[in-house]
Amino acid sequence: MDFVTLLQILDSTLRLATPLLLACLAGLFSERAGIFDIGLEGKMLAAAFLSAAVAAVSGNVWVGLLAGIAASMALSIIHGLASITFRGNQLISGVAINFLAAGITVLVSQSWFKQGGRTPSLEGPARFESWTLPLANTLEPIPILGPIYKELISGHTPLVYVALLAVPFTWYVLFRTRFGLRLRAVGENPAAVDTAGVSVVGLRYAAVAICGVLCGIAGAYLATGLQAGFVKDMSAGRGFIALAALIFAKWRPWYALWACLLFGLFSAIETRPDVIEALIGVKVQVQLLGALPYIMTVVILAGFVGKAIPPRAGGEPYVKER
Amino acid sequence: MTLMQKFLGAAAGLALSAGAAAAEPAIIFDLGGKFDKSFNEAAYNGATRWAEETGEQFREIELQSDAQREQALRRFAEAGANPIVMAGFAFASALGEVAGDYPDTSFVIIDMVVDAPNVRSVVFNEHEGSYLVGKMAAMASESNTVGFIGGMDIPLIRKFACGYAQGVKAANPDATVVANMTGTTPAAWNDPVKGGELTRAQISQGADVVYAAAGGTGVGVLQTAADEGILSIGVDSNQNYLHPGKVLTSMMKRVDNAVYNAFKDGPGLSTGFNVMGLANEGVGYALDENNAALVSDEMKAAVDDAAQKIISGEITVHDYMSDESCPALSF
Repeated sequence: MDFVTLLQILDSTLRLATPLLLACLAGLFSERAGIFDIGLEGKMLAAAFLSAAVAAVSGNVWVGLLAGIAASMALSIIHGLASITFRGNQLISGVAINFLAAGITVLVSQSWFKQGGRTPSLEGPARFESWTLPLANTLEPIPILGPIYKELISGHTPLVYVALLAVPFTWYVLFRTRFGLRLRAVGENPAAVDTAGVSVVGLRYAAVAICGVLCGIAGAYLATGLQAGFVKDMSAGRGFIALAALIFAKWRPWYALWACLLFGLFSAIETRPDVIEALIGVKVQVQLLGALPYIMTVVILAGFVGKAIPPRAGGEPYVKER
Repeated sequence: MTLMQKFLGAAAGLALSAGAAAAEPAIIFDLGGKFDKSFNEAAYNGATRWAEETGEQFREIELQSDAQREQALRRFAEAGANPIVMAGFAFASALGEVAGDYPDTSFVIIDMVVDAPNVRSVVFNEHEGSYLVGKMAAMASESNTVGFIGGMDIPLIRKFACGYAQGVKAANPDATVVANMTGTTPAAWNDPVKGGELTRAQISQGADVVYAAAGGTGVGVLQTAADEGILSIGVDSNQNYLHPGKVLTSMMKRVDNAVYNAFKDGPGLSTGFNVMGLANEGVGYALDENNAALVSDEMKAAVDDAAQKIISGEITVHDYMSDESCPALSF
């Protein structure tokens, strides 16, 4: 495998890992606060639809991004109402959100654009263009580092950099601020937080809202960054892979980055069976690579490689007095 | 009479009147969805064309899961719909169960063969159409490398790939065909992001024409190909208009004709094996104002010549599904 091919695979890895990473961090905030969220998939899908639809109508992708975030937030609020205010089962609420999003996106899109559940193709300022970082062309002649900077680090859409910056930001918020400490405490022992006079409900809503924003960006990236329009069910299970990555990362931001990059790498290699064959000399079925994220998550869950312990109060609605 | 009884009575009356309605034809779309810009949409267009010409109505349902196949079939048959058209290979086992229970209803299945006295099985010679576009791809390619991106990895899609590869090799024996499948589950029909990523991967392997036989995933393939400045080939419906000047051609599979004919023939239509090939315009390639500049006279002459030879039997295109193997491409 030559250097150029390696760069292309890593470039593809970064593109494919971005939606996973955003959704994974979204789940991280929510689950750290004790709200399990298997509705990541549905929120991404809703955001993908509305961002593409509004971008197509307004011709401005940034307006589309805001609309995508709004769609995702709306579903987050439903999840919050069901699981925080009304103390419903969080898993069922999440499943309901996935179904709702899968149906409503196609329905609204069909009655709006009459293109069979697709949005019109986005062009020009209605979609995210890739950014060439400063000096990318000047530095290119430098061996190895030059091409790495130009091909791998530069030349992505802005949302990729947003996703990468979200990792240290998440780490800082969760582990270095008072808000983060309380948020984590709410996921471990909400009664203690309540005793300290802090609102459990308020903190949990805040976490669910942050989750909505991040999922919204992830969905908008699918429809307006990677592709140029919405197609039904276009999230194609990425929300569930993000959940697997979250467990794989043991609910920690930096681990989440590595887990998502690893899962992204698997999908990137999946597109290049010829490279695998050249590397190991055996023809590997690409289906195996597609299944690897799930296999690895099961291995982690079974406790073979370290132990993944979810937040202790996760999945439990908080009841003040029994 | 309580309110509940009123409701029940009204519902029963409604059900009876529905059952007594005249025999309307019905169509069942597969999981790709009615408006996939491709296979199912072609079926839908055929049905609408019939409805517009005759002024009559047809019944339809879009499946949401595999489990609904038999249920949908039975419900239409019970309701008196006739004939019932199924768009998709996946209906074979459900139809096999149901067909015998409704001997007076005519069924039409597209893309698969079901052996029953009241079933018409319509199959297309996709390998012939794919051969033609393969030939065009090889002639349009400057790098001697062309790509194929399939949707779900099933024998039918391999049939497309195999015919395409044979066409490529016929035009240029030294050309390389890079073939990828999107996945192994129905989700592979609706993953434009992965389709786009596969296109980029094929471009980095040197491909400068890609052929997408992948339902909604193909939308992503055509988009990325247009963005990256290479040519693409659409499938099933005419997709040339999606990116004018950037889609070389589309492999047309006239599912609309199959549905239209079935609806027109009505109840008691002729049953048995029905092959739609080049000879009866069941498959072909699309040429319109959107791709006229891309198709040279030489290319058109070569393809039309090949089509004639296939019809006359001078060229035989190998059908992957006949023996599950392909001489021109290894999977």
